[in-house]
Amino acid sequence: MKKKRNYSLMIGLVMSGIVLILAVVGQFWTPYDPTGMDAAARNAGPSLAHIFGCDNFGRDVFSRIMNGMGTTFFVALCTVLIGAFFGTLIGAVTGYFGGWLDEIIMRINDALSAFPSILLALIFISLLGTGKYNIILALGILFIPSFARIVRSEVIRCKELEFVKSAQVMGAGKFRIIFVHILPNAAVSMLTAAAVGFNNAVLAEASMSYLGLGVQPPEPSLGLMLSDAQAYLEIAPWSALFPGFVIVFIILGFALVSEGLRVRQSR
Amino acid sequence: MKKRMKKILLSMMTLTVTAALCACGGGKGSESSAGGNDSEETKTAVSAETETSSTPQAGGEVTVGIAQDLDSLDPHKMAYAGTREVLFNVFEGLVKPDPNGDLIPAVASDYQMSEDGKVYTFTLRDGITFHDGTPVTVEDVKYSIERYAELQGADSAFSILESVETPDGSTVVVNLNEGNTEFLASLTLAIVPQSNEANFDTNPIGTGPFKFVSFTPGQSFVVEAYDGYWKEDCPYLDKVTFQIVADADTAITQLQAGTLDIYQYLTADQASTLTSGFNILEGSVNYVQGMFLNNDFEPFQDVRVRQALCYAVDKDMINEFLFGGKSHTIGTHMIPSFKKYYNEETEGVYTRDVEKAKELLSEAGYGDGFEFTITVPNNYAPHEGTAQIIVENLKEMGITATINTVEFSTWYDEVYTQRNYEATIVAVDGTLAPSSWMTKNYSTDPNNFTNYSNEEFDDVYSRALASTDDAEKTELYKEAQMILAEDAASVYIQDPANLVAVSDKLGGYVFYPISAQDMSVVYYEQ
Repeated sequence: MKKKRNYSLMIGLVMSGIVLILAVVGQFWTPYDPTGMDAAARNAGPSLAHIFGCDNFGRDVFSRIMNGMGTTFFVALCTVLIGAFFGTLIGAVTGYFGGWLDEIIMRINDALSAFPSILLALIFISLLGTGKYNIILALGILFIPSFARIVRSEVIRCKELEFVKSAQVMGAGKFRIIFVHILPNAAVSMLTAAAVGFNNAVLAEASMSYLGLGVQPPEPSLGLMLSDAQAYLEIAPWSALFPGFVIVFIILGFALVSEGLRVRQSR
Repeated sequence: MKKRMKKILLSMMTLTVTAALCACGGGKGSESSAGGNDSEETKTAVSAETETSSTPQAGGEVTVGIAQDLDSLDPHKMAYAGTREVLFNVFEGLVKPDPNGDLIPAVASDYQMSEDGKVYTFTLRDGITFHDGTPVTVEDVKYSIERYAELQGADSAFSILESVETPDGSTVVVNLNEGNTEFLASLTLAIVPQSNEANFDTNPIGTGPFKFVSFTPGQSFVVEAYDGYWKEDCPYLDKVTFQIVADADTAITQLQAGTLDIYQYLTADQASTLTSGFNILEGSVNYVQGMFLNNDFEPFQDVRVRQALCYAVDKDMINEFLFGGKSHTIGTHMIPSFKKYYNEETEGVYTRDVEKAKELLSEAGYGDGFEFTITVPNNYAPHEGTAQIIVENLKEMGITATINTVEFSTWYDEVYTQRNYEATIVAVDGTLAPSSWMTKNYSTDPNNFTNYSNEEFDDVYSRALASTDDAEKTELYKEAQMILAEDAASVYIQDPANLVAVSDKLGGYVFYPISAQDMSVVYYEQ
């Protein structure tokens, strides 16, 4: 049977690739200074000079998006890394050992995921203060439970398998079994989870910055740009539409990648 | 003598205890819609349609959006200018400000000041009553003045108050232990009934055109017309709801949806999105907006650094970007509306000069720049815009400024009260007494939140305050303003334009030169 092409993965990779390249380039070079103001270009519409138009300070929206994506990605990446690292650790240990430790930690986990995430993030922010690094910390902690749950179920599935039994018989240490033998088998699920988590983190960063609790102006971030643009929806819709469109593009790209990975694995 | 002077000064402040803030005020100059108020000042109609004359109609309800929560319902304890602007409708003093900036009799029907400025004699208005229907007595007046004086403390302006006498049932005599021709402005303090002592915080009772109905913290403050108000046919409206709106963007949405009738402190861009159903009235906020510098923060201890900042900040750009050029840029701690005292020459002390700024910085040893944080309260949108522009301006000097946006209550606590900050962008208000503005720079003043200390200024200011000769006083105040400008006490930016959206069904809205939103003169047009 002819192998069916994995369009989700291909399209997703292309979209994510474009976004990532723009974000990386945006850290070193942008068409205009992302914080540079130009009185003559205030609220100017899209044109050849400013393809996404200009905002209320005459700043080039495209340059701000390129640069701001870097901030957004940085926050999202760190968030996912924190979540994945601690989530994996917790999930692997509780899944393998089970027992009362598992019960306690997983109930805490449930309690944590029972709160709406934005609400929890707000609580963290009110304790820690606003700013980029506090947002990373707050969101990172929030992302731990979902990773812990996924890794735990993978570990539980694997620990009854033959190769784990064999390793145990051979006398391999418990942590060696968990991290060397079991976890590599959970890699694909984790990758999928990371892609979904990354999307959620992008949205969470945008939401927090939109609420004025995340990245502080004038440093651009997609959520902050949306927030700033809100007051100018009628006179300069492009300053809100394009950052919004870019967020959709990013999310769609990563969602397709994650879907593609899942399809590929199940084949 | 010197010590006394200081006391006076401190006391002038009291009315203003507050200060800083952002939201508020009103401009003398421009006002739209004719009728309704008796101000004969130059009226500049904003748009042609507001010139159509209209007849006031009694009755109706209005919802006014306000930018921040009320800090206290006790008129003697409130500290935010935003609170004063609302409670202006509920309380009155012996005298009260009018839209022209003059003091007119209110609870008193008449007053006299002795030549030396030491004895003020007031005649109680005949038949005036509190909102609970009880008549205002001279004892209530005496009680109110003494309570206020006590709450202000020994360091306050009221330290020169010697005694309050009530020779008969309709006369109140205020004796000062030294002459002060500006003291009348302090007697705008609210007159309250002693019988309500236990409930000042929860059930405010005053003599104003509106009486208190309810207050829900964080949501709304509701008042209704007081039938027994001493002025005939005032107010027009039956009920006014002051609704606390978190931010200007929300306010715009609510204005468009028709749930708010009045909202002030809009930027030019925000105002331009309100295309139908509203008149945009233009006044000035009558606040000194600036980037106030903590003079104790190391780089700002050096006058050259402060001057460099003054050269670096592009005031015209801020005015143009945020207010479409409608604000009045300033160079000292005084608003241009105080024409008599305002020193116009301070506006020319600094014009943007990047080279000059860099030179000053390297002389001061900061040639490679430095870093500082600008704390910005979130209750007035233009502050944040101002901060963003300044950050951009300073980048050219190699100075890295970061913005820290905080809730207004946090700002009031950390910046204004504890002075724990590096720089802040805020607008500072004052009263009808010129000293109430200048005193914030007096080295030992409790409201000197910039920790500014300059002997020369202290000396000139003290002499200005003590002077009973009008020409000399004016001259000295102007000199003091120039000292602040040349010594770059802070980066003074502008008296922001105040764009107010008022439903086109309403008329009569007026601007005041102090923090006040007078709803008693607002009416539905017929």
